[in-house]
Amino acid sequence: MFQVRFHGRGGQGVVTAAEMLAVAAFLEGAHAQAFPSFGSERMGAPVVSFCRIDDHEIRLREPIMEPDALIVQDPTLFKVVDDFQGLKPSGYLLVNSNRSLDELHLAAIAGQLPAGHALTVPASELALKHVGRPLPNAALLGAFAGLTGLVDLKSVNAAIGEVFAKNIAAANIAAAAAAHDAVADAAAA
Amino acid sequence: MLKQVEGSRAMAQAIGLCRPEVICAYPITPQTHIVEGLGEMVRTGEITHCEFINVESEFAALSVAIGASAAGARAYTATASQGLLFMAEAVYNASGLGLPIVMTLGNRAIGAPINIWNDHSDAMAVCDSGWMQLFAETNQEAADLHIQAFRLAEELSMPVMVCVDGFILTHAVERVDIPEQAEVDAYLPPYEPVQVLDPQDPVSIGAMVGPEAFTEVRYLQHYKQTLALRLIPEFAAEFKARFGRDSGGLLRSYRAEDAELIVVAMGSVNGTIKDTIDEMRADGVPIGLVTLVSFRPFPTAALREQLVRVRNVVVIEKSLAVGMGGPLANNVDLALRNIAGAPQVHSVIAGLGGRPITRAALHRVLRRALEEPWEGSHFLDLNDTIIAKELHYVRKVRRSGPTAENLLRRLGQAAKQSVV
Repeated sequence: MFQVRFHGRGGQGVVTAAEMLAVAAFLEGAHAQAFPSFGSERMGAPVVSFCRIDDHEIRLREPIMEPDALIVQDPTLFKVVDDFQGLKPSGYLLVNSNRSLDELHLAAIAGQLPAGHALTVPASELALKHVGRPLPNAALLGAFAGLTGLVDLKSVNAAIGEVFAKNIAAANIAAAAAAHDAVADAAAA
Repeated sequence: MLKQVEGSRAMAQAIGLCRPEVICAYPITPQTHIVEGLGEMVRTGEITHCEFINVESEFAALSVAIGASAAGARAYTATASQGLLFMAEAVYNASGLGLPIVMTLGNRAIGAPINIWNDHSDAMAVCDSGWMQLFAETNQEAADLHIQAFRLAEELSMPVMVCVDGFILTHAVERVDIPEQAEVDAYLPPYEPVQVLDPQDPVSIGAMVGPEAFTEVRYLQHYKQTLALRLIPEFAAEFKARFGRDSGGLLRSYRAEDAELIVVAMGSVNGTIKDTIDEMRADGVPIGLVTLVSFRPFPTAALREQLVRVRNVVVIEKSLAVGMGGPLANNVDLALRNIAGAPQVHSVIAGLGGRPITRAALHRVLRRALEEPWEGSHFLDLNDTIIAKELHYVRKVRRSGPTAENLLRRLGQAAKQSVV
């Protein structure tokens, strides 16, 4: 089982991100379960969502306490909550930022993970450019597909298409593709 | 058709396939997405011959359903928590009048303190109102139970509540096989009422009944629920034959055949318990599970058959009857009443107000049941430290203030100290 935890703020599409990842995995034939952290939803408040992916039925209903991957949609959260709790030593870390891991003071945490498993992607910037609003969720999923290979970008795009209305979906797919490319560039560099 | 879909959306689609004729609801978290979905389906014409009625309160929601059902329409509503309490009088009326309404209950705690998260307090508050209560383990079962619920309700002319864990199921996106309309039509015949308000053939539904017949009316209500003990497994078997899935029934067992310790639970927590049981089995612990689907009628005989030969039973439930303990544990005790050498029943109160029930906590409490079984109620993951501090404080200070606020303040202080 592969478990992903999303951290962000109310209004950033954190719950939708987990849902889209679950749909993408489902489209590839996997079993998936996405669920929110069930807080009172308020704009700007810290929000957590979860996604489990497995090749057989998922029965577990506890929150994800030891994630295989963390997707952080808002790096200002680091000052408020401990996003990194339970992250597995073999895990992945994806942070939405136009700054580097060093600049975010995350080098120490990234250093505990395997090489190439931690990355920042300017997902909000890419979303602003392609969607016109700084909603980083779809772009981050494109980057996640590139970083982990757990799901294919095509499946992410199809999931975006299922969740968003047509033109908004197309714009988000463009943002996801750009973020996916950014990961490939980072890997090549 | 297999879909990756939010639980509420899957339930709305299943309810739509049942061809409801009147849907009335008032929004309350966490049930809202279900009736939103249904409202949309009525508007777009996906559900035909159906009136969606916006009402001003939960009391009105169920009252409209009662009127619609009495007029011969297949009626549906949904609620949760204090919404259910607000309609409590109508809850008793629906069952007392014998009207086959189906209602989804998105299980949520009851305030005060105000809390939007999941537990089973709401279902327990009306469990003796005469409604049948079926608890879903997964969203697949939640969808399927609605189809079976209309069949059961209309066969007996008694209302059914489908209990679905709020957020944990209603807001989870997982795979659900949504049945085909033709299959549902073949399983669920059109509603043929046993009583109907018809100007051509007038009757009074809701006559006053004095001591001369009140007991008999109640007895027949109770008798109908005993009939349901036979019908629920029959309808589940027929459902399986048509749809190919085990959904519903009175109860299900998991790895219980050779178990010495059996866990009893209702709702979505059964999944986490199954994973825990697999891990404990791998360590050689002879443990199994009985998942109760039907809480009303309570399947006393079927449960007794499952439990009678084991030494220990652990009942894990998301509700607390304050001053008594666990209501489910109490009901399980009833199934073992007057049996010589009956198993010991150990009660665990867990997941109140949405506290996660984790495998780690289940391992601890189930090990304890084997090694040092307890009497009374065990509160899973209870924070003994803040309880002790609060009890000490209220003994010392007369005007100790509101309990909820005191506890939150203590938690805040503890968090600050752990940072320093």
